[in-house]
Amino acid sequence: MNAPYRIQGATGEWEVVIGLEVHAQVTSRTKLFSGASTEFGAEPNTQVSLVDAAMPGMLPVPNVECLRQAVRTGMALEARINPWSRFDRKNYFYADLPQGYQISQLYHPIVGEGEVEILTDEKDEGSAKRIGIERIHLEQDAGKLMHDQHPSMSYVDLNRSGVALMEIVSKPDMRSPEEAGAYIRKLRSILRYVGSCDGNMEQGSMRADVNVSVRRPGAQFGTRTETKNVNSVRFIMAAIEHEANRQVDVIEGGGTIVQETRLWDPDRAETRSLRSKEEAHDYRYFPDPDLLPVELSDDFLAECRASLPELPDAKRRRYETVLGLTPYNAAVLTADVTTARWFEELLAALGDSHAQRASNWVTGDLFGALNRLGRTIEDSPVSPAQAAGLLRLTADGTLSGTLAKQVFELMLETGDDAEKIVEERGLRQTSDTGAIDKAIAEVLAANSDKVAEYRGGKDKLFGFFVGQVMKAMQGKANPAVVNELLKKALG
Amino acid sequence: MTGLTDLGIAAIRDGVRSGDFSAREVAQAFSAAVEKGRALNAFTVETPDHALAAADAADAARAAGALKPLSGVPLGIKDLFATRDVRTTAGSRILEGFEPPYESTVSGNLFAAGAGMLGKLNMDEFAMGSSNETSAWGPVLSPWRRSDGGNAPLTPGGSSGGSASAVAARLAPGVTGTDTGGSIRQPAAFVGITGIKPTYGRCSRWGMVAFASSLDQAGPMARDVRDCAILLEAMAGFDPKDSTSLDLPVPRWEASLSADVRGKRIGIPREYRIDGVPAEIDEVWEKGIALMRDAGAEIVDVSLPHTRYALPTYYIIAPAEASSNLARYDGVRYGLRRAPPNGNLTDMYEATRAAGFGAEVKRRIMIGTYVLSAGFYDAYFNRAQKVRALIARDFERAWETCDLLLTPTAPSAAFALGEKSNDPIAMYLNDVFAVPASLAGLPAISVPAGLNAEGLPLGLQLVGRALDEQSVLDAGLALEERAGFAARPEAWW
Repeated sequence: MNAPYRIQGATGEWEVVIGLEVHAQVTSRTKLFSGASTEFGAEPNTQVSLVDAAMPGMLPVPNVECLRQAVRTGMALEARINPWSRFDRKNYFYADLPQGYQISQLYHPIVGEGEVEILTDEKDEGSAKRIGIERIHLEQDAGKLMHDQHPSMSYVDLNRSGVALMEIVSKPDMRSPEEAGAYIRKLRSILRYVGSCDGNMEQGSMRADVNVSVRRPGAQFGTRTETKNVNSVRFIMAAIEHEANRQVDVIEGGGTIVQETRLWDPDRAETRSLRSKEEAHDYRYFPDPDLLPVELSDDFLAECRASLPELPDAKRRRYETVLGLTPYNAAVLTADVTTARWFEELLAALGDSHAQRASNWVTGDLFGALNRLGRTIEDSPVSPAQAAGLLRLTADGTLSGTLAKQVFELMLETGDDAEKIVEERGLRQTSDTGAIDKAIAEVLAANSDKVAEYRGGKDKLFGFFVGQVMKAMQGKANPAVVNELLKKALG
Repeated sequence: MTGLTDLGIAAIRDGVRSGDFSAREVAQAFSAAVEKGRALNAFTVETPDHALAAADAADAARAAGALKPLSGVPLGIKDLFATRDVRTTAGSRILEGFEPPYESTVSGNLFAAGAGMLGKLNMDEFAMGSSNETSAWGPVLSPWRRSDGGNAPLTPGGSSGGSASAVAARLAPGVTGTDTGGSIRQPAAFVGITGIKPTYGRCSRWGMVAFASSLDQAGPMARDVRDCAILLEAMAGFDPKDSTSLDLPVPRWEASLSADVRGKRIGIPREYRIDGVPAEIDEVWEKGIALMRDAGAEIVDVSLPHTRYALPTYYIIAPAEASSNLARYDGVRYGLRRAPPNGNLTDMYEATRAAGFGAEVKRRIMIGTYVLSAGFYDAYFNRAQKVRALIARDFERAWETCDLLLTPTAPSAAFALGEKSNDPIAMYLNDVFAVPASLAGLPAISVPAGLNAEGLPLGLQLVGRALDEQSVLDAGLALEERAGFAARPEAWW
C-alpha cells in the first residue's frame, strides 16, 4: 500500500476529499430530444432542429437510444437502474441556452448508486479501491458562444445545443489527485468499452466538475468548492492539487473556505472564483410537463444487459487466467477497448494458444513502433491480420527473431504482408545444412587461430563462431541448426 | 335561402358535396364577412388566399370524386397555432412579425382534411386572460350587446376571444380554440356558441405556442355540437412529435353522435354552488338540470370536495409552467429584440422582455418564478401538484355514481371591457367552474342554454370521463336540442 496522500501544511497534515461530476457525451446519432445530428466538427448552426432552437410550440421527444446508453452505462458500473425516472427543467437565462432551461434529471435520475474499482497504484493489483457512484442522469448540452467573430457581439453556435450528456456523479470517495486520475481513466475505459461515450476529452466529449475540500485526516468533511469543466486527466489532477493547497493556505491563514464555483485556468495552472453560493442561480427545477415519466420495461432492461460487452476488469482477469498473460500485459492490453479489440482480432486470426507470444509482441514490438511513429493503435500501419501473418511465420520457423524484426520494419514501411516480404526479399530462414556447413567451413578456415583457442578450452568463443556464421548467412540461417552443425564441426 | 355564412360546418360540407354551392363561393362569402367584421378585431391576420386555394382544391376534389372530410370548409385559426409562413404572435408583441417555417400539427391536420384558413384569430396574450383584453393587438369585441340599450362594448371572453367572436358573428363557421383553464368554454358561453376541450392528449400540442404545457389542449369552437364533433375528429390524433399526445385511434364522434341520454347519470356537484354567483347562473343551471331530466337522464347529487382549491392550484401550476415556457422569448432568435446601446446580454433580455410582454404575462411570469423558487417550491408548486392529484381523484370518485357532470360554464354572462381588467382576482374567478376539469385533464363542453335578463347568452358545461368525449358530445347534443338556443347577435359591425 502507498502512504496516504497528505498536504503538509504549516499546522500539520491535511487530507483531501474529492468528488467528480463527469459530463460524458452520449454516443448517439441524434440529440437527446431532437432528430438533429450530433456529429462533431460541422459548420456552426448546421445541426440545429426547430426544437434545439427553441422555436415557439416545439416539443422535446426523448431519444430512446440515449436512454439505452445511460442504462447500459449504469449496468457497466454495477449501478441500480431506476425503472421509473423523470426529466426536470433547470431554469436559467443564457445565450447558449435557447429554451431558457436545460432539460435534466434532478429528482429522479435514470441510474442510482453504483461503483467503479480503481487501482490506486497501477502496478499493484493489491491497491484496488472502490469509488462510489452516486447517480447518473441524462441532460441536454448547451450551445457554444463564439467571442471572436465580431468586435462587440458574441455569436452562438447551437450545434451542441440539445446533445445528450450523461452526468456521472461520484461520491466524495477519492483522496488524492492520483486516485481522481485513476478514476477518470477507469471511467473513460468503461464508457469506451460500453460504447456509450467516445471519451474524447480534447473534443469535449468528456469533462469534469471537480469538487474538492480539505480536512484534518479522518475529520468531518470541510467546505467544498466546485471547479467547472476541466477537460483532461492532467488538468483534473493539477486542479485538485492546486485547489487543495489553496484551501489549506486559506484555512491556515485564518480564513474560511466559501462554497463557490471556480474555473480552471490551464495557462496559469490555477483555479479562480467564478461565483459564490450567494450569487448562485436559483434554477427553479420542476418536472418538465412536456415529457412523460420514463418507464423502462423488463424487456428493455434485459436487452440492455445482453448488449453489454465484456468489461475491462473481467477481460483482464480472463487474459491472466485463461490466456495465461502476465498481469502487466493483461493490464496494458485491456486498458483501452481499441487495444483489446485489436489484440482479440489478432488472436482470432492466430489462435489463443499463441496468446502469450502475441501479447509480448503487441506490448513490445508494436507499441514500440507506434510510439516511434507517433501513431495510435487505431491508425496502426499494420493490421491485426497482417500481424498474425508475421507471428505465424516466426511460429513455424520461417523467420528467426531477428528476421521477424526486419520483416516487421518492412511491413511498417511498405504496408505489405509479411508473407509477401519474405517471398520477395528472400528473408526466409534457412535450415539448408549444405549451405550452413559451407559457411561454417569458411568461417573456421578464416579463423584457424580462434578454432585452436576454442579447442584448447576457451568455450566462450562458441558465440563468436555462431555470430560469424549467421553473418555469413545474412541472418537467414536457423540458429538451432547453426548451433548443432557448429558443435559437430568444432568437434 | 339563407346566406352561405349562416351555414355551419356540416351544412357547408354537405352542400359542397351535393353541389348546392361551390367551395369557392363559401370561401368568398366568409372572407367578405371577415373583412366586413374588422370592427370586432377578431382577426389579427386575414388569409383569404389560403381559404380560396383550399376551396379551389375542394371544388377540384369534388369534380374528381375525392372529397375530404372538411373539403370546402373555411376556418379561423387561433393565433396560438403556428401557421407556416403566416404571422403567428400568440397575441404578444414579443412575437411581432414572427412567421413560423412550420405548421402546427392541429392546423396541419385540419388543412390535410381539406379545410382552408380565413385568418388568424386574436386572443389574450399567450392565452393568459379571460376577456381578450391582454392581447397586444387590442381587445376583441363581442358581437353581442346588452338589451338595456347601452352600447357598452362587451368581452367575448378569453383567451379564445377572437375565435368566439368570429363564430358568433358568422365570420367563420368554425374555429380552433385552446383551453388551458377554460379558454374555449368560457368564451363559447359568453357568445352563445359551442366549444369542447377534449381529454388532455387528444390533440397534439406540437406547434401550439405553449402557455402551461400540462394543461394546454386544443379544441374546436363552432355553432353546434355536431360541428364541434366534426372538427375535433379532424384535429385530434396521435402525434409522435408530442410525447404527451395519446397513442389512441380517433373515435368516429360524429357518426356515433346521439341525443339519447336515457339512463345516463348526470351528477350535479354541490361544491359548484358558490356564494356571490348571480341568480341567473343558478337559474340556467336549474333549467339545464330539468332539460336533462326530461331527456331521460338520471340526476344525481355528487361531491367534489376539493373544488375550492382548484382555482388557487391552477394559478400556481399554470404560471409556474408559463414562467419557464416563456423563457425562450429572449430576443435572440425571433420576434422582438431590444438591444440598448452599449448594453450587455442581460440588458438585452431585460429590455426585450420589458417591451415585449404585457402586464398580465409579466404578472404570471413573476408568480410562476416565485412559486418555483428555492424555499417556496414545496409550499406552493409541490403542494399544488398534490392538490391537483386530489382534484383528479374527486372526479374518479364521482364517476362511481355518475357518468357526466353538469355545471355552469362561467359564473356570469359576458361583462363589459374594462370592467374587471384592473382586478386580476375578479378576472381569475371567471375560470372557477372551468379549471377543475382542466387540472384533471377531462373532456368538457360548453353549450349555450339560454339568455339572461340583459339578453346575453349563458352556457352550461358538461364534463365527462377521460377519453369519453362521445358521452360529452351526446349529452351536449341532448341539451342543445332541448334548450333550443337560437338567439344570435344583431349585426352592428
